[in-house]
Amino acid sequence: MPISLIQPEFKVHIDYDKCHKCGRCVQQCGWGVYNFNERPIPDDAKCRACHRCVTYCPAHCITIKKNDLALRDNANWSAGLRTAVWRQAETGGVMLTGMGNDKPYQSIFDHLVLDACQVTNPSIDPLREPMELRTYLGRKPDAVSVESDGDGGFRLAEGSGVEKNVKLDTPIIFSPMSYGSVSLNVHRSLAMAAERLGILMNTGEGGLHADLYPYADNVIVQVASGRFGVNPEYLNRGAAVEIKVGQGAKPGIGGHLPGEKINKEVSETRMIPQGSDAISPAPHHDIYSIEDLRQLIYSIKEATGYKPVGVKIAAVHNVAAIASGIVRAGADYVYLDGFKGGTGAAPQIIRDHIGIPVEIAIAVVDQRLRDEGIRNQASIVAAGSIRSSADLAKAIALGADVVAIGSAALMALGCHMCQGCHTGSCSWGLTTQKPELTRRVDPEWGAERLTNLVHAWSHELQEILGALGVNAVESLRGSRERLRSIGLDQQTCDILGVKPAGL
Amino acid sequence: MAAVKEAGTPIEGYIQVDPEVTRDGDVVTIDCRGIYYKHVNEAVRSAFAEGATTVRLTNVNGQRYIGTGISGKGLRIEVEGTAGQDLAMFMDGPTVEIFGNAQDGVGNTMNAGTVVVHGDAGDVLGYGMRGGTVLVRGDVGYRVGIHMKAYEGHVPVMVCGGKARDFFGEYMAGGMLVLLGMDTRIEGPLVGGYVGTGMHGGVIYLRGEVEPWQCGKEVGIFPADEADMKQLRPALERYCEAFGVELAEVLSVPFTKLVPISHRPYGKLYTYV
Amino acid sequence: MPRFEPLLERMPTTRTPEFVDRTAPGGAAGERPSYTAEAPFKIHGGCGLMGICDESGSLMSGENAIRAMAVQRDRGNGLGGGFAGYGIYPEFPDHFCFHMMLHDVRAKEEAEAVFDRHFTVDLAEPMPTRPVKGISDAPLLWRYFLKPDPHRLEETEMSEEDFVVHVVMLINSTVDGAFVASSGRNMGAFKGVGFPEEIGHYYLLEEYEGHTWVGHNRFPTNTPGWWGGAHPFTLLDWSIVHNGEISSYGINSRYLEAFGYKCTLGTDTEVAAYLFDLMLRRHKLPIELACKALASPLWSDIDRMPEEERALMRSLRAVYGPGMLNGPFAIVLGHNGGMVALNDRIKLRPLVAARQGTIVMVASEESAMREVLDAPDRVWAPRAGEPVIASVAGAEQPFHDDLHLSADEVSCAVTGVVETCETVEVN
Repeated sequence: MPISLIQPEFKVHIDYDKCHKCGRCVQQCGWGVYNFNERPIPDDAKCRACHRCVTYCPAHCITIKKNDLALRDNANWSAGLRTAVWRQAETGGVMLTGMGNDKPYQSIFDHLVLDACQVTNPSIDPLREPMELRTYLGRKPDAVSVESDGDGGFRLAEGSGVEKNVKLDTPIIFSPMSYGSVSLNVHRSLAMAAERLGILMNTGEGGLHADLYPYADNVIVQVASGRFGVNPEYLNRGAAVEIKVGQGAKPGIGGHLPGEKINKEVSETRMIPQGSDAISPAPHHDIYSIEDLRQLIYSIKEATGYKPVGVKIAAVHNVAAIASGIVRAGADYVYLDGFKGGTGAAPQIIRDHIGIPVEIAIAVVDQRLRDEGIRNQASIVAAGSIRSSADLAKAIALGADVVAIGSAALMALGCHMCQGCHTGSCSWGLTTQKPELTRRVDPEWGAERLTNLVHAWSHELQEILGALGVNAVESLRGSRERLRSIGLDQQTCDILGVKPAGL
Repeated sequence: MAAVKEAGTPIEGYIQVDPEVTRDGDVVTIDCRGIYYKHVNEAVRSAFAEGATTVRLTNVNGQRYIGTGISGKGLRIEVEGTAGQDLAMFMDGPTVEIFGNAQDGVGNTMNAGTVVVHGDAGDVLGYGMRGGTVLVRGDVGYRVGIHMKAYEGHVPVMVCGGKARDFFGEYMAGGMLVLLGMDTRIEGPLVGGYVGTGMHGGVIYLRGEVEPWQCGKEVGIFPADEADMKQLRPALERYCEAFGVELAEVLSVPFTKLVPISHRPYGKLYTYV
Repeated sequence: MPRFEPLLERMPTTRTPEFVDRTAPGGAAGERPSYTAEAPFKIHGGCGLMGICDESGSLMSGENAIRAMAVQRDRGNGLGGGFAGYGIYPEFPDHFCFHMMLHDVRAKEEAEAVFDRHFTVDLAEPMPTRPVKGISDAPLLWRYFLKPDPHRLEETEMSEEDFVVHVVMLINSTVDGAFVASSGRNMGAFKGVGFPEEIGHYYLLEEYEGHTWVGHNRFPTNTPGWWGGAHPFTLLDWSIVHNGEISSYGINSRYLEAFGYKCTLGTDTEVAAYLFDLMLRRHKLPIELACKALASPLWSDIDRMPEEERALMRSLRAVYGPGMLNGPFAIVLGHNGGMVALNDRIKLRPLVAARQGTIVMVASEESAMREVLDAPDRVWAPRAGEPVIASVAGAEQPFHDDLHLSADEVSCAVTGVVETCETVEVN
């Protein structure tokens, strides 16, 4: 019997005529693909096509190809499904994976197009005229109350304003990614970039390393079911606090950071012993119903002097009603994570088959909150595969206040989406705690790349706004009139509140 | 000023009849009271075709396109009243002098010639102007001197004697744009925000100072030096001559110069697919 | 545009006048015009406008308004013109005046039956008009000077204003072919399909005298439905005229819908009317601040303000951001106490103002003011987003304090769209 029925997914080819025999590939590969015996010898079976070796090979002599070993075509039984059966037959295990849903579900964003001005109203030049992206995250009153200032003018009546909102210079924030699942240098990069960009990074559920305390004004601190690292100081080291109920990649299930990833610093930050598993329960065991959520929201508010508290949920079938309940429970923002959102580790079957697209979630939640007259009471943060500024603009037009980016942020730092985050051996030094790997990310370099990315998307959003003839992002927000659909069925259009192109 | 209203006839803004034209040597006078712009402008073109060198338009109020598309040196149009939209658009050579205010769009895409406005002028003054001179005694509106450009021998010059609103010299690509802040009815600063935003050529001179926040990120702000004043002086002299202003008074306040710091301000904005 | 064709087939405007015998009782229900036919889709179009107010309360002939619009003729295309005048009925200062557009005699009879049940009508008469070339197919135009029936008023326990607007809704929702063009005290709207000077002449406006007038010249890019669809829009004594196309219509309308308004006409004017109602009447914002919410200062300007003002503006903008009118517009709100004119935050539409003694005037072009004012003290272009406010001395400034309408009631009263009114309980 063969050891395994599973054949390598990739073929690593080295052009030995060009190879310097320098061993750089051996050193760079986190997966242990290469052995060095006078020259590097690859083990195809270990390769994840992350391109670390390709990028660093000074001779440019490495090529990675798909293994074109033929399997008989079967549109029903894909190669992936066959491989999974073999693997599970071998191991009896749950298929674990990283990053987001990779199945070819329709992308609704790709079936939406934006409008532009011609003649009856002017487009606006975004490079030279004001083009405002500033966004306030948090609860807003329905009306502004003013009182006379005794001098013919007016001033804000006490408590009628938006002092408690968090100011964002652009409607893009970083998604929660915990220290533990990603390295401290990734957290550092995100925090530095958030500060430079005037936006927020999000701790995820693994606490906030003390080195990042100075970035408190640009941090959302997360409280999840495992309560890792949560104490009064932590809660007050953020501009806002987020209760994580669910995640788009794994709705309804908890998390598990293996003990191997719990080194000294992670242990200190999470406040759990070194080497022990960090288990996040599936639910918060103090939230079995909506009134319990309210209780938790207000306990956090009490503990923080009434900082904004957001609630992150996975987009699921009944998301509109759930979000409405969350807003009524007192949340200052609702974070909707679509089913294509990324993860450090999730059962593949959950990642690929549970939840709904974020486009739908934004549309139904925004509409429900409007129908109930409570849209002003909370911001909507949308995430779960925001891949470009086009997705950003479309998400905002559907009704999101802000989008959060995780996968795109990791890609800015080198991620090639090899989906091996759960292994802890990320060659790019992102989703690992191995010191020889984590030092590959220089926080200054990382911060610059993240800053570049968000600047570029913001510029592109300004270009889109200019074409739409509006000079402030709030005039696109929820303006579904500026969207049209191509090739979506009528019912989906109705749910999205978007007309088909031509109408 | 409306056309004479007879009982039972509608009040018309302008009536569609040929205006009354009187000729005195080279000077033709056209009474524009209540006459639709099309008939006024036809009469102007006929007068020039028939050899007039000066056309005097009296009782003008809002008629559009005066001097628009007219070519030729030595021709002169005088306007008494409030000139309408797009005055001197595409104009190539003549002089138009307005004894009153001008509305929006004066000197739009003008090639050569002179426009003198004794009152205020509106928004989008001198849009895409490629040559010639515009002199305004009073205040001007938004987006003045927008996309003025220069090409070989064509170098447009605009001097505004009052104050200006936002986007002064937006996209400016060439020529000289001057703001004096002298004859004004606007309270507050000399100029609004976004001065020279997108500017990538030409020069703006402001009589007085400007805060950096008022200016586009593409411009550098410098005190005008001796060489600058030498360059500026002919334009100021023309202004003083046109409106009977003392040059010494104009020069009594130091000027500020705005110039683009790059001819390609957006070189770093793009990356390539 | 093709998509309007099926609707237009039902519209009287597509028929030659002899097809509609307005003096005959009845007519097929399908021939009755509906306001919705005006715009199943977003309406595009530019325009010109004017407003004039003598702050001393002295009266001016409506001819001023006609002349101001006439010189701006080229800003419209002859498919809509209208005016509103204030203080024009000094003989009936305390009566509400209903300007009615009636498709036929049956509609008139039905509307009058509603009046009889709710009001004491002290004068009913046809609107004085004269034949004007270019104006055709006018509906029956009548006006009614009336007061709420005291007994009905007592029964309903409503304010007079609420009572009157409820009757407006009742007519709009239940009387086919009848539309209330205006219903305020001592004011009236005069509008129709044609150039504004033709419409003004048709209504003999030069024979009216008012302390405040607003006028509108329309350049729709679609074919207008019927006379009711012309501007101004009114709600009691409010009238709104608007120039430009608001690029933020999509979110403005959804924002208003969250407060219960129903944006059915696809016009920016409708949206502006509701935003004023929301901010001025329901949220009690001072007019200056409502204008700052509608045409917000830029963040960079807000950041440079003194702390107290900055806090106010920041909140105003963050809270009313979805209501901000973004894109080119100029707008005039007329009311019994004067007028307010406003244009967009970066001056994409023209607005010029003038003052001569106690008279304040605004228009899209300076020539309009030169046409009317012989020696203005000052002519100026207001800054982007800076309102021009004219207040008649002694007039009460609170905005509709005696109205207690819900948002959908306002929508029904303003638009007269049957579908909108169906959701409103009227009795």
